[in-house]
Amino acid sequence: MKIEDKLQDNYKYGFITDIETEEFPKGLSEDIIRLISQKKNEPQWLLEYRLKAYRHWLTLTHPNWQYCSIPPIDFQSIYYYSKPKTKKNAYQNLDEVDPELLETFEKLGIPLTEQKRLMGVAVDAVFDSISVGTTHKEELEKVGVIFCSISEAVEKYPALVKQYLGTVVPYSDNFYAALNSAVFSDGSFVYIPKGVKCPLDLSTYFRINAKETGQFERTLIIADQGSFVNYLEGCTAPQRDENQLHAAIVELITLDDAEIKYSTVQNWYAGDKEGKGGIYNFVTKRGQCRGKNSKISWTQVEAGSAITWKYPSCILLGDHSQGSFYSVALTNNFMQADTGTKMVHVGKYTKSTIISKGISAEKSQNVYRGLVKIMPSATGARNYSQCDSMLIGDECAANTFPFIDVKNSTATVEHEATTSKISADQIFYLQSRGFSSEKAISLIVNGFCKDVFKTLPLEFSVEAVKLIEMKLENSVG
Amino acid sequence: MIEIKNLSASVNGSEILKGINLTVKKGEIHAIMGPNGSGKSTLSKIIAGHPAYEISNGEINYEINGKMKNLLELDPAERAKEGIFLGFQYPIEVPGVSNFTFLKESFNQICEAQGVEKMDDETFLKHLRSKLKTLEMNESFLERSVNEGFSGGEKKKNEILQMAVLNPRLSLLDETDSGLDIDALKIVANGVNALKNRFNSTILVTHYQRLLDYVIPDYVHVLYKGKIIKSGDKSLALELEDKGYDWLIKDS
Repeated sequence: MKIEDKLQDNYKYGFITDIETEEFPKGLSEDIIRLISQKKNEPQWLLEYRLKAYRHWLTLTHPNWQYCSIPPIDFQSIYYYSKPKTKKNAYQNLDEVDPELLETFEKLGIPLTEQKRLMGVAVDAVFDSISVGTTHKEELEKVGVIFCSISEAVEKYPALVKQYLGTVVPYSDNFYAALNSAVFSDGSFVYIPKGVKCPLDLSTYFRINAKETGQFERTLIIADQGSFVNYLEGCTAPQRDENQLHAAIVELITLDDAEIKYSTVQNWYAGDKEGKGGIYNFVTKRGQCRGKNSKISWTQVEAGSAITWKYPSCILLGDHSQGSFYSVALTNNFMQADTGTKMVHVGKYTKSTIISKGISAEKSQNVYRGLVKIMPSATGARNYSQCDSMLIGDECAANTFPFIDVKNSTATVEHEATTSKISADQIFYLQSRGFSSEKAISLIVNGFCKDVFKTLPLEFSVEAVKLIEMKLENSVG
Repeated sequence: MIEIKNLSASVNGSEILKGINLTVKKGEIHAIMGPNGSGKSTLSKIIAGHPAYEISNGEINYEINGKMKNLLELDPAERAKEGIFLGFQYPIEVPGVSNFTFLKESFNQICEAQGVEKMDDETFLKHLRSKLKTLEMNESFLERSVNEGFSGGEKKKNEILQMAVLNPRLSLLDETDSGLDIDALKIVANGVNALKNRFNSTILVTHYQRLLDYVIPDYVHVLYKGKIIKSGDKSLALELEDKGYDWLIKDS
């Protein structure tokens, strides 16, 4: 049996929640943006910010430097706002939420109700354009941690939002950042006050459900001096024949001695075996270590989406600040991924680590693209990068495009890269020790990804291993 | 234990084995010798189920639960679970997977298939320690990734360690002695001897007589161009050491 035959697309989150929705008319215009802003009861400054972003977006053309082929996207045929039908525009508490919705999240393994909610993790659940609910809120409020949807934050903590929104990723940053800044709907907002070590892990779960709808989430996390937070993000979508757009912005800010650990397990629907359907995951994620000794760490397990195009990055401003990026990107069938990171060293003695593991199978394309930039001010900066690719079968491709730009002679920059292939002999070796061929592949792949998985919180790491196994599961077995 | 009848096999269209007949009984050690390219390694790989070979003729029957069964119907993992072990000539590296995890998972899934109770980490570690001692291996071996960065000798020892831990009924050792210095060879031979009892069997594929100084075979077979051209006892190996293969090849 060929190795490729053992791989199949096995997506257990492909179901659709049959729920009445209300959406704005398809397409994008200033009127639609005004409607979104009005619906969310936003202050004037935010509407103006959106409109500025929109007007800027109109001047831009779709970028084409990426190493994946993206069919032209008709931005006028997308719904920019869709939410389950309710009388209100936001849910005050879970009693107001349609039971069908709660059931959906329960099916996804994210129970929200008081009795069933996950221990030790506070969850914000986002369904299409709206946050359904946030758990453990009171517990967090006791220590002053703010964790809510960004819409709620705009209403309740406008000063904080205004101070930080768009300061890490300006709307003019890129094509999709401009689009998101114009039309963003929901996402999470986190503020960890000075000296607080967040007592719970915080987590957002994103679900796209409605047809022909884009999800434009916006997440903003601020860790004030000496604070710490562990943040987890998960995502799924139904199995549909059309492509759907997910264009998010995530901004992280750490002040002096603060630390944010941000982990993503991305399992958007990736399309079928012929490459039909699937999510376009075009996301701008960036963190700024503003304070001295502050740390930001990105860990991502990218196992879904028809096209993944993102570079979670760190701008290391504060002296002695540290950024890291740990990534596993798995592509199979016709999936394409162009992902990596940017580490920009500005402060003195800043340090960054990049560990990237790309796995490609079948006809998929997997690209690592990275930038390590050492600015003239970054005396004594250090970077270590390791980019490994693994190929399964003969029809897939892996590419690595590392860019290194050093403007300070005291910096140390190291880059290592390998490419390997799972061979029939390797599988036979494991089989002859009693491992089934599926188990053998998953053991090899998990071994390959170990350095990344070990940076995930335990439950997430178990989840990630299962996800990779499921992706590589045999249809016959 | 195992009965090979008139076995012919090819890879990529070229015939490597041309009618092999071989019977190995419980408690026996058989050595397969022969010049390079005679099909020795192929034979052991086929018994273990390597997918690259096509069986064009013949059969392999193997004793399972007291009955002879057609081995060719089982995939390699199933064969392992029925107690067949192949010690590789070139052991494969599995980066990122610790030797301990690998051995434990392998052991437990074979136990499970045979209806024997699995071991927890602690019990298994005890089981392992005694085997490590026999093979004069350091416990730090367990934390290292499977075969990654191992020297040639360490890789071979690691194969014998796996064999000792899994306690197979039929061991196929493919040139386990090649690349070993004399001390390592003795340790490996001790490992093989320690495992031998009247219920299990071993097939040693080897180039050289020297391993057979330490592991005494009951039978020696000479394989040439895909056929067994001569069988005998230990003295045949000594004769080969002395005279080489030419006299046999001329005869055949």
